[in-house]
Amino acid sequence: MSGHLIIHTAGPGSSVQDMGRAGFLAYGLTRGGAADQIALHEAAALLGQSPTHAAIEMVGVGGTFESSVDTVIALTGAEMSASIDGSAVVWHASHSLPKGAKLKIGGVLKGTYGYLSVAGGIDTPQIMGARSTHFKAGIGSVLEPGQTLPLGAATTQRPGFLIAASDRFAGGDIRIVPSVQTDQFSPETLTRFAQTTFRRDARGNRQGVRMDAETDGFFVDGGLSIVSEVITEGDIQVTGDGAPYVLMCECQTTGGYPRIGTVLPCDLARVAQAPVGAPLRFRFVTVDEAREVEIKSRAEIKALAGRAKPLVRDPHDISDLLSYQLVSGAVSATTDPFAE
Amino acid sequence: MISYPQIKTVGLSGLLVTFAEKMSSPANRAALAFRAAVVAADWPEVRETSMSLVSVYVVADLVSEDIPKLISKLEGLLAQTDWYAAPLPKGRTLWHVPTVYGTDLAPQLAEAAELAGVDPDTAIQQLSTTRMRVLTIGFAPGQPYMGELGENWNIPRQQDLTKSVPAGALVAAIRQLVVFTAPTPTGWRHVGQTAFHNFRQKAQQPFALTPGDELLFPQVSRQTLQDIMATDASGNGGAERETLP
Repeated sequence: MSGHLIIHTAGPGSSVQDMGRAGFLAYGLTRGGAADQIALHEAAALLGQSPTHAAIEMVGVGGTFESSVDTVIALTGAEMSASIDGSAVVWHASHSLPKGAKLKIGGVLKGTYGYLSVAGGIDTPQIMGARSTHFKAGIGSVLEPGQTLPLGAATTQRPGFLIAASDRFAGGDIRIVPSVQTDQFSPETLTRFAQTTFRRDARGNRQGVRMDAETDGFFVDGGLSIVSEVITEGDIQVTGDGAPYVLMCECQTTGGYPRIGTVLPCDLARVAQAPVGAPLRFRFVTVDEAREVEIKSRAEIKALAGRAKPLVRDPHDISDLLSYQLVSGAVSATTDPFAE
Repeated sequence: MISYPQIKTVGLSGLLVTFAEKMSSPANRAALAFRAAVVAADWPEVRETSMSLVSVYVVADLVSEDIPKLISKLEGLLAQTDWYAAPLPKGRTLWHVPTVYGTDLAPQLAEAAELAGVDPDTAIQQLSTTRMRVLTIGFAPGQPYMGELGENWNIPRQQDLTKSVPAGALVAAIRQLVVFTAPTPTGWRHVGQTAFHNFRQKAQQPFALTPGDELLFPQVSRQTLQDIMATDASGNGGAERETLP
Protein backbone atom coordinates (compact mmCIF):
# COMPACT_ATOMS: atom_id res chain seq x y z
CA MET A 1 0.00 0.00 0.00
CA SER A 2 1.23 3.46 -0.76
CA GLY A 3 -0.34 6.84 -1.11
CA HIS A 4 0.51 10.32 -0.04
CA LEU A 5 0.38 12.59 2.95
CA ILE A 6 -1.28 15.94 2.41
CA ILE A 7 0.11 18.90 4.34
CA HIS A 8 -2.79 21.24 5.14
CA THR A 9 -0.73 23.38 7.51
CA ALA A 10 2.68 22.95 9.08
CA GLY A 11 4.73 24.90 11.61
CA PRO A 12 7.44 27.15 10.15
CA GLY A 13 10.36 24.82 10.91
CA SER A 14 8.75 21.57 9.71
CA SER A 15 10.79 19.40 7.36
CA VAL A 16 11.37 15.85 6.17
CA GLN A 17 14.22 14.19 8.10
CA ASP A 18 15.88 10.80 8.27
CA MET A 19 19.27 9.71 9.59
CA GLY A 20 21.08 12.17 7.32
CA ARG A 21 23.99 11.90 4.89
CA ALA A 22 27.33 10.43 5.88
CA GLY A 23 30.42 10.54 3.72
CA PHE A 24 30.47 14.16 2.56
CA LEU A 25 32.49 15.87 5.30
CA ALA A 26 35.43 16.26 2.93
CA TYR A 27 33.16 18.35 0.73
CA GLY A 28 31.89 20.63 3.47
CA LEU A 29 28.56 18.90 4.13
CA THR A 30 27.69 17.64 7.61
CA ARG A 31 25.41 14.70 8.23
CA GLY A 32 22.25 16.62 9.12
CA GLY A 33 19.23 14.39 9.67
CA ALA A 34 16.78 14.35 12.56
CA ALA A 35 17.79 16.61 15.46
CA ASP A 36 16.61 13.86 17.84
CA GLN A 37 17.52 10.54 16.24
CA ILE A 38 16.27 8.56 19.25
CA ALA A 39 12.76 9.70 18.25
CA LEU A 40 13.16 8.01 14.87
CA HIS A 41 14.23 4.79 16.59
CA GLU A 42 11.19 4.99 18.87
CA ALA A 43 8.91 5.53 15.88
CA ALA A 44 10.49 2.54 14.15
CA ALA A 45 9.87 0.42 17.24
CA LEU A 46 6.23 1.51 17.36
CA LEU A 47 5.61 0.92 13.67
CA GLY A 48 7.71 -2.23 13.44
CA GLN A 49 9.87 -0.90 10.66
CA SER A 50 13.40 0.30 10.00
CA PRO A 51 14.62 3.49 11.70
CA THR A 52 16.01 4.63 8.35
CA HIS A 53 12.53 5.67 7.17
CA ALA A 54 12.03 9.42 6.77
CA ALA A 55 9.60 11.30 9.02
CA ILE A 56 8.34 14.83 9.52
CA GLU A 57 10.25 16.87 12.08
CA MET A 58 8.19 19.62 13.73
CA VAL A 59 9.79 22.43 15.73
CA GLY A 60 7.59 23.65 18.58
CA VAL A 61 4.43 23.68 16.43
CA GLY A 62 2.75 20.80 14.59
CA GLY A 63 0.27 21.10 11.74
CA THR A 64 -2.72 19.50 10.06
CA PHE A 65 -2.17 16.38 7.98
CA GLU A 66 -4.27 13.92 5.99
CA SER A 67 -3.49 10.66 4.26
CA SER A 68 -4.85 9.57 0.85
CA VAL A 69 -4.93 5.96 2.09
CA ASP A 70 -5.62 4.10 5.35
CA THR A 71 -2.35 4.09 7.19
CA VAL A 72 -0.72 4.02 10.60
CA ILE A 73 1.25 6.85 12.17
CA ALA A 74 3.62 7.15 15.10
CA LEU A 75 4.10 10.30 17.19
CA THR A 76 7.44 10.59 18.97
CA GLY A 77 9.95 13.12 20.25
CA ALA A 78 8.76 16.33 21.93
CA GLU A 79 5.26 15.80 23.25
CA MET A 80 2.63 17.80 21.39
CA SER A 81 -1.15 17.84 21.63
CA ALA A 82 -2.68 15.70 18.89
CA SER A 83 -6.09 14.61 17.64
CA ILE A 84 -7.52 12.55 14.81
CA ASP A 85 -10.89 13.83 13.55
CA GLY A 86 -11.28 15.65 16.85
CA SER A 87 -10.51 12.71 19.16
CA ALA A 88 -7.40 13.26 21.25
CA VAL A 89 -4.66 10.69 20.74
CA VAL A 90 -1.71 9.99 23.01
CA TRP A 91 1.90 10.85 22.15
CA HIS A 92 4.76 8.30 22.07
CA ALA A 93 2.31 5.92 20.39
CA SER A 94 1.10 4.58 17.05
CA HIS A 95 -2.43 5.17 15.75
CA SER A 96 -4.58 4.29 12.76
CA LEU A 97 -5.01 7.22 10.42
CA PRO A 98 -7.92 6.37 8.14
CA LYS A 99 -8.00 7.81 4.64
CA GLY A 100 -9.32 11.38 4.74
CA ALA A 101 -9.16 11.76 8.53
CA LYS A 102 -7.66 15.01 9.80
CA LEU A 103 -4.63 14.62 12.03
CA LYS A 104 -4.12 17.82 13.98
CA ILE A 105 -0.92 18.34 15.90
CA GLY A 106 -0.80 21.40 18.12
CA GLY A 107 1.90 23.17 20.10
CA VAL A 108 4.66 21.51 22.01
CA LEU A 109 3.98 20.53 25.61
CA LYS A 110 7.40 19.14 26.55
CA GLY A 111 10.61 19.42 24.53
CA THR A 112 11.37 21.07 21.18
CA TYR A 113 11.37 18.62 18.23
CA GLY A 114 8.31 16.40 17.62
CA TYR A 115 8.15 13.69 14.93
CA LEU A 116 5.32 12.38 12.78
CA SER A 117 6.26 9.04 11.25
CA VAL A 118 4.14 7.02 8.85
CA ALA A 119 4.10 3.30 8.08
CA GLY A 120 6.35 2.88 5.05
CA GLY A 121 8.02 6.23 5.66
CA ILE A 122 7.97 9.46 3.68
CA ASP A 123 9.15 8.44 0.22
CA THR A 124 10.40 11.69 -1.31
CA PRO A 125 13.27 11.29 -3.78
CA GLN A 126 16.68 10.76 -2.25
CA ILE A 127 19.24 13.48 -2.79
CA MET A 128 22.80 12.25 -2.25
CA GLY A 129 21.57 9.13 -0.52
CA ALA A 130 19.09 10.64 1.94
CA ARG A 131 15.72 12.37 2.15
CA SER A 132 16.73 14.78 4.90
CA THR A 133 16.26 18.47 4.44
CA HIS A 134 19.58 20.21 5.16
CA PHE A 135 18.65 23.87 5.58
CA LYS A 136 22.21 25.15 5.81
CA ALA A 137 23.24 23.37 2.63
CA GLY A 138 20.08 24.34 0.76
CA ILE A 139 18.93 20.73 0.30
CA GLY A 140 15.14 20.45 0.52
CA SER A 141 12.97 23.09 2.16
CA VAL A 142 10.32 23.68 4.81
CA LEU A 143 6.94 22.02 4.37
CA GLU A 144 4.31 24.20 2.71
CA PRO A 145 0.51 24.06 2.93
CA GLY A 146 -0.91 22.13 0.00
CA GLN A 147 2.23 20.07 -0.47
CA THR A 148 1.81 16.30 -0.80
CA LEU A 149 4.47 13.83 0.25
CA PRO A 150 4.60 10.31 -1.23
CA LEU A 151 4.43 7.43 1.24
CA GLY A 152 6.48 4.27 0.92
CA ALA A 153 4.90 0.84 0.82
CA ALA A 154 4.15 -0.19 4.40
CA THR A 155 5.31 -3.65 5.36
CA THR A 156 3.52 -3.73 8.71
CA GLN A 157 0.43 -2.10 10.23
CA ARG A 158 0.76 -1.66 13.97
CA PRO A 159 -1.67 0.87 15.42
CA GLY A 160 -2.25 1.00 19.16
CA PHE A 161 1.30 0.63 20.42
CA LEU A 162 2.90 2.76 23.11
CA ILE A 163 6.54 3.25 24.06
CA ALA A 164 8.05 4.75 27.19
CA ALA A 165 10.20 7.59 25.83
CA SER A 166 13.55 8.18 27.45
CA ASP A 167 13.58 11.27 29.65
CA ARG A 168 15.20 13.94 27.49
CA PHE A 169 12.75 16.83 27.23
CA ALA A 170 13.64 19.12 30.13
CA GLY A 171 17.40 19.68 30.04
CA GLY A 172 19.49 18.23 32.86
CA ASP A 173 23.01 16.85 33.13
CA ILE A 174 24.97 16.49 29.93
CA ARG A 175 28.11 14.37 29.82
CA ILE A 176 31.06 15.72 27.85
CA VAL A 177 34.56 14.56 26.97
CA PRO A 178 37.56 16.85 26.54
CA SER A 179 37.89 18.30 23.05
CA VAL A 180 40.79 19.49 20.92
CA GLN A 181 41.28 22.79 22.82
CA THR A 182 40.02 21.82 26.29
CA ASP A 183 43.52 21.91 27.80
CA GLN A 184 44.01 25.48 26.59
CA PHE A 185 41.33 26.72 29.04
CA SER A 186 42.60 27.34 32.57
CA PRO A 187 41.69 24.78 35.26
CA GLU A 188 39.68 27.54 37.02
CA THR A 189 37.68 28.24 33.86
CA LEU A 190 37.00 24.52 33.34
CA THR A 191 35.87 24.14 36.97
CA ARG A 192 33.58 27.17 36.70
CA PHE A 193 32.18 25.78 33.42
CA ALA A 194 31.37 22.45 35.06
CA GLN A 195 29.75 24.19 38.07
CA THR A 196 27.56 26.55 36.05
CA THR A 197 23.91 25.86 35.46
CA PHE A 198 23.18 27.11 31.94
CA ARG A 199 19.81 27.89 30.41
CA ARG A 200 19.01 27.08 26.85
CA ASP A 201 18.97 30.41 25.05
CA ALA A 202 16.25 31.28 22.52
CA ARG A 203 19.07 31.40 19.97
CA GLY A 204 19.13 27.78 18.92
CA ASN A 205 18.43 25.80 15.77
CA ARG A 206 19.63 22.77 13.85
CA GLN A 207 23.09 24.34 13.53
CA GLY A 208 23.73 25.09 17.17
CA VAL A 209 22.21 25.94 20.52
CA ARG A 210 23.49 28.87 22.61
CA MET A 211 23.88 28.43 26.36
CA ASP A 212 23.06 31.35 28.60
CA ALA A 213 24.40 31.83 32.14
CA GLU A 214 24.63 34.48 34.84
CA THR A 215 28.41 34.40 34.84
CA ASP A 216 31.42 35.74 32.98
CA GLY A 217 32.30 34.32 29.59
CA PHE A 218 34.54 31.27 29.28
CA PHE A 219 37.64 32.61 27.59
CA VAL A 220 40.91 30.96 26.76
CA ASP A 221 43.71 32.62 28.76
CA GLY A 222 45.90 34.95 26.77
CA GLY A 223 43.69 34.79 23.69
CA LEU A 224 43.98 32.16 21.03
CA SER A 225 44.05 32.11 17.30
CA ILE A 226 43.20 28.70 15.98
CA VAL A 227 43.77 27.80 12.39
CA SER A 228 40.41 26.72 11.02
CA GLU A 229 39.94 22.97 11.54
CA VAL A 230 37.29 20.31 11.75
CA ILE A 231 34.30 20.81 14.05
CA THR A 232 31.73 18.13 14.78
CA GLU A 233 28.21 17.70 16.08
CA GLY A 234 28.31 17.85 19.88
CA ASP A 235 31.32 20.16 20.09
CA ILE A 236 30.87 23.06 22.52
CA GLN A 237 32.34 26.12 20.81
CA VAL A 238 33.03 29.25 22.80
CA THR A 239 32.43 32.20 20.51
CA GLY A 240 33.71 35.77 20.77
CA ASP A 241 31.37 36.81 23.60
CA GLY A 242 32.43 33.85 25.77
CA ALA A 243 29.09 32.02 25.55
CA PRO A 244 29.15 28.29 24.76
CA TYR A 245 27.30 26.97 21.73
CA VAL A 246 26.59 23.27 21.39
CA LEU A 247 26.94 22.38 17.72
CA MET A 248 24.03 20.41 16.29
CA CYS A 249 23.45 18.21 13.25
CA GLU A 250 23.64 20.97 10.63
CA CYS A 251 26.81 22.64 11.94
CA GLN A 252 29.54 23.70 9.54
CA THR A 253 32.38 21.28 8.89
CA THR A 254 35.20 23.62 9.93
CA GLY A 255 35.54 26.44 12.41
CA GLY A 256 38.03 28.57 14.25
CA TYR A 257 36.55 29.04 17.74
CA PRO A 258 38.02 27.11 20.69
CA ARG A 259 36.01 24.12 21.87
CA ILE A 260 35.78 23.48 25.58
CA GLY A 261 34.37 19.95 25.28
CA THR A 262 32.24 17.59 23.23
CA VAL A 263 28.81 16.25 24.21
CA LEU A 264 28.45 12.46 24.21
CA PRO A 265 26.32 11.34 21.25
CA CYS A 266 23.79 9.72 23.60
CA ASP A 267 23.22 13.03 25.45
CA LEU A 268 22.90 15.18 22.35
CA ALA A 269 19.16 14.57 21.92
CA ARG A 270 18.71 15.98 25.43
CA VAL A 271 20.42 19.21 24.34
CA ALA A 272 18.34 19.35 21.14
CA GLN A 273 15.09 18.77 23.03
CA ALA A 274 15.78 21.17 25.94
CA PRO A 275 13.12 23.90 25.72
CA VAL A 276 14.15 27.56 25.90
CA GLY A 277 15.07 28.31 29.51
CA ALA A 278 15.61 24.69 30.53
CA PRO A 279 18.61 24.15 32.84
CA LEU A 280 21.63 22.31 31.48
CA ARG A 281 24.84 21.37 33.27
CA PHE A 282 27.94 19.96 31.60
CA ARG A 283 29.92 17.23 33.34
CA PHE A 284 33.32 16.04 32.13
CA VAL A 285 33.84 12.29 31.92
CA THR A 286 36.91 10.45 30.66
CA VAL A 287 36.96 8.89 27.23
CA ASP A 288 36.85 5.44 28.88
CA GLU A 289 33.74 6.34 30.91
CA ALA A 290 32.19 7.88 27.79
CA ARG A 291 32.72 4.67 25.87
CA GLU A 292 30.96 2.63 28.57
CA VAL A 293 28.04 5.05 28.70
CA GLU A 294 27.72 5.05 24.93
CA ILE A 295 27.83 1.25 24.66
CA LYS A 296 25.01 1.03 27.20
CA SER A 297 22.98 3.65 25.34
CA ARG A 298 23.39 1.87 22.02
CA ALA A 299 22.21 -1.36 23.61
CA GLU A 300 19.11 0.48 24.87
CA ILE A 301 18.38 1.79 21.39
CA LYS A 302 18.75 -1.71 19.96
CA ALA A 303 16.33 -2.98 22.60
CA LEU A 304 13.69 -0.36 21.74
CA ALA A 305 12.25 -2.62 19.05
CA GLY A 306 11.06 -5.01 21.74
CA ARG A 307 9.81 -2.33 24.10
CA ALA A 308 6.74 -1.08 22.24
CA LYS A 309 3.68 -2.29 24.18
CA PRO A 310 0.02 -2.39 23.21
CA LEU A 311 -1.79 0.74 24.31
CA VAL A 312 -4.08 -0.28 27.15
CA ARG A 313 -7.56 0.95 26.31
CA ASP A 314 -11.00 0.09 27.51
CA PRO A 315 -12.30 -2.40 24.91
CA HIS A 316 -15.69 -0.63 25.02
CA ASP A 317 -13.99 2.43 23.52
CA ILE A 318 -12.73 0.47 20.57
CA SER A 319 -15.49 0.13 18.04
CA ASP A 320 -13.47 -2.00 15.65
CA LEU A 321 -11.68 -4.12 18.22
CA LEU A 322 -11.82 -7.29 16.18
CA SER A 323 -9.98 -5.66 13.32
CA TYR A 324 -6.92 -5.05 15.49
CA GLN A 325 -3.96 -7.24 14.80
CA LEU A 326 -1.88 -6.76 17.89
CA VAL A 327 0.78 -9.38 17.40
CA SER A 328 1.90 -9.07 13.83
CA GLY A 329 4.90 -7.18 12.65
CA ALA A 330 7.10 -7.70 15.68
CA VAL A 331 10.64 -6.97 14.65
CA SER A 332 13.75 -8.68 15.79
CA ALA A 333 15.24 -7.30 18.98
CA THR A 334 18.61 -8.32 17.64
CA THR A 335 18.38 -6.12 14.58
CA ASP A 336 21.29 -3.73 14.78
CA PRO A 337 20.10 -0.21 13.95
CA PHE A 338 23.72 0.89 13.56
CA ALA A 339 24.49 -1.63 10.86
CA GLU A 340 25.10 0.02 7.52
CA MET B 1 56.82 23.90 22.45
CA ILE B 2 54.42 21.52 20.74
CA SER B 3 55.88 19.26 18.10
CA TYR B 4 53.99 18.32 14.94
CA PRO B 5 52.37 16.29 13.57
CA GLN B 6 50.15 15.61 16.54
CA ILE B 7 47.16 13.30 16.95
CA LYS B 8 44.15 14.11 19.14
CA THR B 9 40.74 12.58 19.64
CA VAL B 10 37.72 14.54 18.37
CA GLY B 11 34.99 13.63 20.85
CA LEU B 12 34.12 10.01 20.15
CA SER B 13 33.89 10.57 16.41
CA GLY B 14 37.47 10.26 15.24
CA LEU B 15 41.06 11.45 15.33
CA LEU B 16 42.61 14.69 14.16
CA VAL B 17 46.13 14.67 12.72
CA THR B 18 47.50 18.23 12.75
CA PHE B 19 50.63 19.15 10.79
CA ALA B 20 51.27 22.70 11.99
CA GLU B 21 50.03 25.45 14.26
CA LYS B 22 49.44 27.86 11.36
CA MET B 23 48.61 27.74 7.67
CA SER B 24 51.65 27.10 5.52
CA SER B 25 52.01 25.57 2.10
CA PRO B 26 54.16 22.60 3.27
CA ALA B 27 51.69 21.79 6.07
CA ASN B 28 48.75 22.04 3.67
CA ARG B 29 50.50 19.74 1.19
CA ALA B 30 51.30 17.35 4.03
CA ALA B 31 47.60 17.24 5.01
CA LEU B 32 46.58 16.72 1.39
CA ALA B 33 49.06 13.90 0.82
CA PHE B 34 48.43 12.25 4.19
CA ARG B 35 44.67 12.23 3.66
CA ALA B 36 45.20 10.59 0.27
CA ALA B 37 47.39 7.96 1.97
CA VAL B 38 44.75 7.23 4.62
CA VAL B 39 42.13 6.85 1.88
CA ALA B 40 44.45 4.53 -0.06
CA ALA B 41 45.17 2.45 3.05
CA ASP B 42 41.45 1.62 3.11
CA TRP B 43 41.38 0.58 6.78
CA PRO B 44 38.06 -1.00 7.69
CA GLU B 45 37.60 1.13 10.82
CA VAL B 46 37.90 4.43 8.92
CA ARG B 47 34.42 5.65 7.92
CA GLU B 48 35.43 8.81 6.11
CA THR B 49 38.16 11.43 6.07
CA SER B 50 38.36 15.15 5.51
CA MET B 51 41.01 17.81 5.59
CA SER B 52 41.09 21.40 6.70
CA LEU B 53 43.98 23.79 6.05
CA VAL B 54 46.72 21.91 7.94
CA SER B 55 44.98 18.88 9.46
CA VAL B 56 43.32 15.61 8.54
CA TYR B 57 40.22 14.29 10.28
CA VAL B 58 39.93 10.51 10.36
CA VAL B 59 36.38 9.46 11.21
CA ALA B 60 36.11 6.22 13.17
CA ASP B 61 33.77 4.93 15.86
CA LEU B 62 35.88 5.54 18.96
CA VAL B 63 33.26 3.74 21.05
CA SER B 64 33.87 0.37 19.45
CA GLU B 65 37.41 0.80 18.09
CA ASP B 66 40.65 0.33 20.00
CA ILE B 67 41.82 3.98 20.14
CA PRO B 68 45.53 3.39 20.97
CA LYS B 69 45.71 0.84 18.17
CA LEU B 70 44.25 3.28 15.64
CA ILE B 71 46.63 6.01 16.85
CA SER B 72 49.61 3.72 16.39
CA LYS B 73 48.43 2.82 12.88
CA LEU B 74 48.31 6.52 12.04
CA GLU B 75 51.73 7.04 13.63
CA GLY B 76 53.09 4.20 11.52
CA LEU B 77 51.77 5.86 8.38
CA LEU B 78 53.13 9.24 9.48
CA ALA B 79 56.58 7.71 9.94
CA GLN B 80 56.68 6.29 6.43
CA THR B 81 57.69 9.47 4.65
CA ASP B 82 58.31 13.19 5.05
CA TRP B 83 54.75 14.36 4.46
CA TYR B 84 55.78 18.04 4.34
CA ALA B 85 57.81 17.22 1.21
CA ALA B 86 55.29 14.82 -0.32
CA PRO B 87 54.30 15.44 -3.94
CA LEU B 88 50.78 16.57 -4.75
CA PRO B 89 48.40 13.67 -5.39
CA LYS B 90 47.76 12.40 -8.91
CA GLY B 91 44.61 13.01 -10.91
CA ARG B 92 44.05 16.64 -10.00
CA THR B 93 42.09 19.01 -12.23
CA LEU B 94 42.94 22.52 -13.41
CA TRP B 95 39.88 24.69 -13.99
CA HIS B 96 39.74 27.89 -16.06
CA VAL B 97 36.79 29.83 -14.63
CA PRO B 98 35.57 32.88 -16.60
CA THR B 99 35.41 35.84 -14.22
CA VAL B 100 34.23 39.44 -14.36
CA TYR B 101 36.47 41.70 -12.28
CA GLY B 102 35.03 44.88 -10.83
CA THR B 103 31.92 46.55 -12.33
CA ASP B 104 28.71 46.51 -10.31
CA LEU B 105 28.97 42.69 -10.32
CA ALA B 106 32.06 42.78 -8.05
CA PRO B 107 32.12 46.24 -6.49
CA GLN B 108 35.08 45.87 -4.11
CA LEU B 109 37.84 45.30 -6.67
CA ALA B 110 39.20 48.88 -6.49
CA GLU B 111 39.19 48.87 -2.69
CA ALA B 112 40.98 45.49 -2.58
CA ALA B 113 43.54 46.64 -5.18
CA GLU B 114 44.34 49.69 -3.08
CA LEU B 115 44.90 47.51 0.00
CA ALA B 116 47.13 45.28 -2.13
CA GLY B 117 49.10 48.36 -3.16
CA VAL B 118 48.42 48.13 -6.90
CA ASP B 119 46.17 49.87 -9.42
CA PRO B 120 42.99 48.03 -10.47
CA ASP B 121 44.42 46.85 -13.80
CA THR B 122 47.48 45.35 -12.10
CA ALA B 123 45.18 43.75 -9.51
CA ILE B 124 43.11 42.13 -12.26
CA GLN B 125 46.31 40.97 -13.99
CA GLN B 126 47.54 39.37 -10.74
CA LEU B 127 44.21 37.82 -9.76
CA SER B 128 43.52 36.42 -13.22
CA THR B 129 46.93 34.80 -13.77
CA THR B 130 47.86 33.35 -10.39
CA ARG B 131 47.21 29.64 -10.31
CA MET B 132 45.32 28.94 -7.08
CA ARG B 133 45.20 25.54 -5.35
CA VAL B 134 42.20 24.34 -3.35
CA LEU B 135 43.63 24.24 0.20
CA THR B 136 40.47 22.93 1.78
CA ILE B 137 36.72 22.71 1.23
CA GLY B 138 34.41 23.84 3.96
CA PHE B 139 32.00 26.34 5.50
CA ALA B 140 29.42 25.52 2.83
CA PRO B 141 29.05 22.44 0.60
CA GLY B 142 31.82 22.27 -1.99
CA GLN B 143 33.17 25.73 -1.13
CA PRO B 144 36.91 26.03 -1.84
CA TYR B 145 39.49 28.01 0.09
CA MET B 146 42.27 28.66 -2.39
CA GLY B 147 45.88 29.78 -2.00
CA GLU B 148 48.01 31.46 -2.43
CA LEU B 149 48.22 34.96 -3.90
CA GLY B 150 51.40 37.08 -3.77
CA GLU B 151 52.51 38.74 -0.52
CA ASN B 152 50.84 42.04 -1.44
CA TRP B 153 47.48 40.26 -1.21
CA ASN B 154 47.89 39.57 2.50
CA ILE B 155 44.96 41.94 3.03
CA PRO B 156 42.81 41.71 6.17
CA ARG B 157 39.13 40.97 6.30
CA GLN B 158 37.04 44.14 6.43
CA GLN B 159 35.78 45.12 9.88
CA ASP B 160 32.11 45.21 8.97
CA LEU B 161 30.42 42.36 7.18
CA THR B 162 28.99 42.84 3.71
CA LYS B 163 25.36 41.86 4.17
CA SER B 164 25.40 39.38 1.33
CA VAL B 165 27.38 38.60 -1.80
CA PRO B 166 25.86 36.30 -4.44
CA ALA B 167 26.65 32.66 -5.16
CA GLY B 168 29.67 32.44 -7.47
CA ALA B 169 31.27 35.55 -5.93
CA LEU B 170 35.08 35.51 -5.98
CA VAL B 171 36.29 37.07 -2.74
CA ALA B 172 39.77 37.82 -1.42
CA ALA B 173 41.53 38.09 1.97
CA ILE B 174 44.77 36.87 3.62
CA ARG B 175 46.36 35.78 0.29
CA GLN B 176 43.40 33.45 -0.33
CA LEU B 177 40.43 33.41 -2.67
CA VAL B 178 37.04 31.78 -2.13
CA VAL B 179 34.19 31.16 -4.58
CA PHE B 180 30.98 31.21 -2.56
CA THR B 181 28.55 28.32 -2.86
CA ALA B 182 25.50 30.33 -1.81
CA PRO B 183 24.63 33.96 -1.02
CA THR B 184 26.73 34.72 2.05
CA PRO B 185 27.42 37.60 4.45
CA THR B 186 31.18 38.08 4.49
CA GLY B 187 34.11 40.15 5.64
CA TRP B 188 36.11 39.12 2.57
CA ARG B 189 36.18 41.58 -0.36
CA HIS B 190 34.15 40.89 -3.47
CA VAL B 191 36.65 41.26 -6.35
CA GLY B 192 35.16 39.07 -9.07
CA GLN B 193 32.00 37.31 -10.14
CA THR B 194 31.76 33.86 -11.71
CA ALA B 195 28.90 31.61 -12.78
CA PHE B 196 30.63 28.58 -11.29
CA HIS B 197 28.55 26.31 -9.04
CA ASN B 198 30.56 24.53 -6.33
CA PHE B 199 27.62 22.35 -5.32
CA ARG B 200 25.17 20.67 -7.70
CA GLN B 201 23.01 18.62 -5.39
CA LYS B 202 21.10 16.71 -8.06
CA ALA B 203 24.10 15.88 -10.24
CA GLN B 204 25.82 12.51 -10.29
CA GLN B 205 28.93 14.28 -9.04
CA PRO B 206 27.52 16.95 -6.67
CA PHE B 207 30.85 18.60 -5.86
CA ALA B 208 32.90 20.22 -8.61
CA LEU B 209 36.15 20.58 -6.68
CA THR B 210 38.42 18.43 -4.54
CA PRO B 211 41.25 19.67 -2.28
CA GLY B 212 44.39 19.84 -4.40
CA ASP B 213 42.58 20.93 -7.59
CA GLU B 214 43.85 24.13 -9.14
CA LEU B 215 41.98 27.08 -10.61
CA LEU B 216 42.64 30.07 -12.83
CA PHE B 217 40.17 32.93 -13.09
CA PRO B 218 40.67 34.49 -16.57
CA GLN B 219 38.95 37.83 -17.15
CA VAL B 220 35.87 38.01 -19.38
CA SER B 221 33.50 40.86 -20.17
CA ARG B 222 30.32 41.46 -18.25
CA GLN B 223 28.35 40.55 -21.40
CA THR B 224 30.18 37.23 -21.80
CA LEU B 225 29.44 36.23 -18.21
CA GLN B 226 25.80 37.24 -18.54
CA ASP B 227 25.50 35.12 -21.68
CA ILE B 228 27.02 32.19 -19.78
CA MET B 229 24.64 32.71 -16.86
CA ALA B 230 21.68 32.76 -19.24
CA THR B 231 22.61 29.57 -21.05
CA ASP B 232 24.74 27.32 -18.83
CA ALA B 233 22.88 24.41 -17.30
CA SER B 234 25.91 22.35 -16.33
CA GLY B 235 26.98 24.46 -13.36
CA ASN B 236 30.45 24.90 -14.82
CA GLY B 237 29.76 28.54 -15.62
CA GLY B 238 31.69 28.31 -18.87
CA ALA B 239 34.74 26.84 -17.16
CA GLU B 240 37.09 24.58 -19.05
CA ARG B 241 38.94 21.81 -17.28
CA GLU B 242 42.15 19.94 -17.89
CA THR B 243 43.69 17.04 -16.05
CA LEU B 244 46.98 17.84 -14.37
CA PRO B 245 49.80 15.34 -14.85
